[in-house]
Amino acid sequence: MSLTPDQLQRIAHLARIAVTPQEAPGVTDRLNQVLGLIDQLQAVDTRGIEPMAHPLDAQQAVQQRLRPDAATEPDLRAAFQAVAPAVEQGLYLVPKVIE
Amino acid sequence: MINSTVTELSAALAAKQVSSVELTRLFLDRIKGLNGQLNAFISLDEKHSLAQALVADERRSRGQAGPLTGIPIAHKDIYCTKGIRTTCGSKMLAAFDSPYDAHVIERFGAAGAVLLGKTNMDEFAMGSSNETSHFGPVRNPWDLNRVPGGSSGGSAAAVAARMAPAATGTDTGGSIRQPAALTGVSGLKPTYGVVSRYGMIAFASSLDQGGPLGKSAADLALLMNAMAGFDARDSTSLERPAEDYTRELKLGLKGLRIGLPKEYFGEGLEPDVRARVTEAVRWFQEQGANTIEITLPNTGLAVPVYYVIAPAEASSNLSRFDGVRYGHRAKDYADLNDMYRRTRAEGFGTEVKRRILIGTYVLSHGYYDAYYLQAQKVRRLIAKDFSEAFSRCDVIMGPTAPSTAFALGAKTDDPVQMYLNDIFTIPAPLAGLPGLSIPCGFDAKGLPVGLQIMGNHFAEAKMLGVAHRYQQATDWHLRAPKEAPL
Repeated sequence: MSLTPDQLQRIAHLARIAVTPQEAPGVTDRLNQVLGLIDQLQAVDTRGIEPMAHPLDAQQAVQQRLRPDAATEPDLRAAFQAVAPAVEQGLYLVPKVIE
Repeated sequence: MINSTVTELSAALAAKQVSSVELTRLFLDRIKGLNGQLNAFISLDEKHSLAQALVADERRSRGQAGPLTGIPIAHKDIYCTKGIRTTCGSKMLAAFDSPYDAHVIERFGAAGAVLLGKTNMDEFAMGSSNETSHFGPVRNPWDLNRVPGGSSGGSAAAVAARMAPAATGTDTGGSIRQPAALTGVSGLKPTYGVVSRYGMIAFASSLDQGGPLGKSAADLALLMNAMAGFDARDSTSLERPAEDYTRELKLGLKGLRIGLPKEYFGEGLEPDVRARVTEAVRWFQEQGANTIEITLPNTGLAVPVYYVIAPAEASSNLSRFDGVRYGHRAKDYADLNDMYRRTRAEGFGTEVKRRILIGTYVLSHGYYDAYYLQAQKVRRLIAKDFSEAFSRCDVIMGPTAPSTAFALGAKTDDPVQMYLNDIFTIPAPLAGLPGLSIPCGFDAKGLPVGLQIMGNHFAEAKMLGVAHRYQQATDWHLRAPKEAPL
């Protein structure tokens, strides 16, 4: 399977990564090489095989741990916002999204 | 002293032959002398390191020292550290100061170890040669024109060049074991869930696992005693009783069943690598171990499975880098979407963007079943191969990598060739299994060869015992490169 220029731009949009027209052919070539590698999986008979999402699910019951519904995190907003590109009055600033 | 193991340094500290401050200064000086050539470290904070060393010496004088108290340890720059920037090898985080420490950093802190510095790595741990780092490639101390392997290339090179007695790394598809093999050091990727991923910047969450790199298996056991353990802040951290990873260092080899997968000794293996690994296996046979030919028939599918699952998880994990809460933000943009697109185009390097795009594709509408779900099913076939093999043997041995260290730039233009280099290290993490690489000799060019020892889940102590017995009889793990003098 090979990617068309339209498909590349569609994926780049979903991934929120700008790919310039100059970069596009090179990016497409390399992606197609990798897709050629992973296309080998199509030939494998996996009828009746359960997908494996957790590497230990065959060894033990894998389930999400629960904890009491209590606040355990201290308020670190100031520390977390200190590393943000743009904040004001405790809010993260982004370009205007509503006109 | 720079050639000493952690075990020896620990004894020297206990005997007051050296202080932690002296030891820390010794390694800091060595880093300053060699880093210009090797580029193994991204960040140092001498004041912080020496202050920790002083605290360690005081702790020792109060009689409260443990085996790692006062030992300087280098950390892969994927572990968040409060007070020293954490870059993950990326422009995206080039100026990132983490507000908190990773669990692994906390554990070494509690043990009294000294944070020696942050080591270079492939960007977001995506690479097998340490050439995708925003901070430039690391050079292999055995031959400065060759790669040290990756993604924990800085940690491996630092230990090999005696810039650090030991280091931490992370392994998703071989990122501890492959650089350990290419630089002639020992490295362990533990069972999935044994070491907390809290504060370890995520690449592929169903595969990522932290582990130690050092000169000897005995040192790895000491480091594991500090690193491993339950942490409620990692949802996949396992609630298990604490283990002493040194407990099987005196393991008897008589009757040990060693599985030799025929797929690991096929075509494409460099003759010198095959010869050194075969010689190491013969040594175990001479000690009374039994070798059993086994088959892991789906080995050839591991790389394709990995390059669906790892990029899929990465595309999700790395969506957090959006220029809003931390990290790089583009200067010029038209609107919010454009800010995301440009921030990510500027902040990520070529390989990281390639993997995010692959991951986005295999998870997108119409392709999810054919790629992602199919890869998860084949992943189970690979795990089944191992569980059948471990019903017949105690450990599996083979090469860690098909070749010794390759030249800088040799594979940078061909991602698939770079990916195939990890053929022997990718299967174990897909099955959640532990894997260890130890030095077992050199090729004709004088480059180190790694022997890989894989075990069943939670068999780390036994694997370390097997490796330790070999290292008591050989000195490959104590050889130091001549290219990096000082």
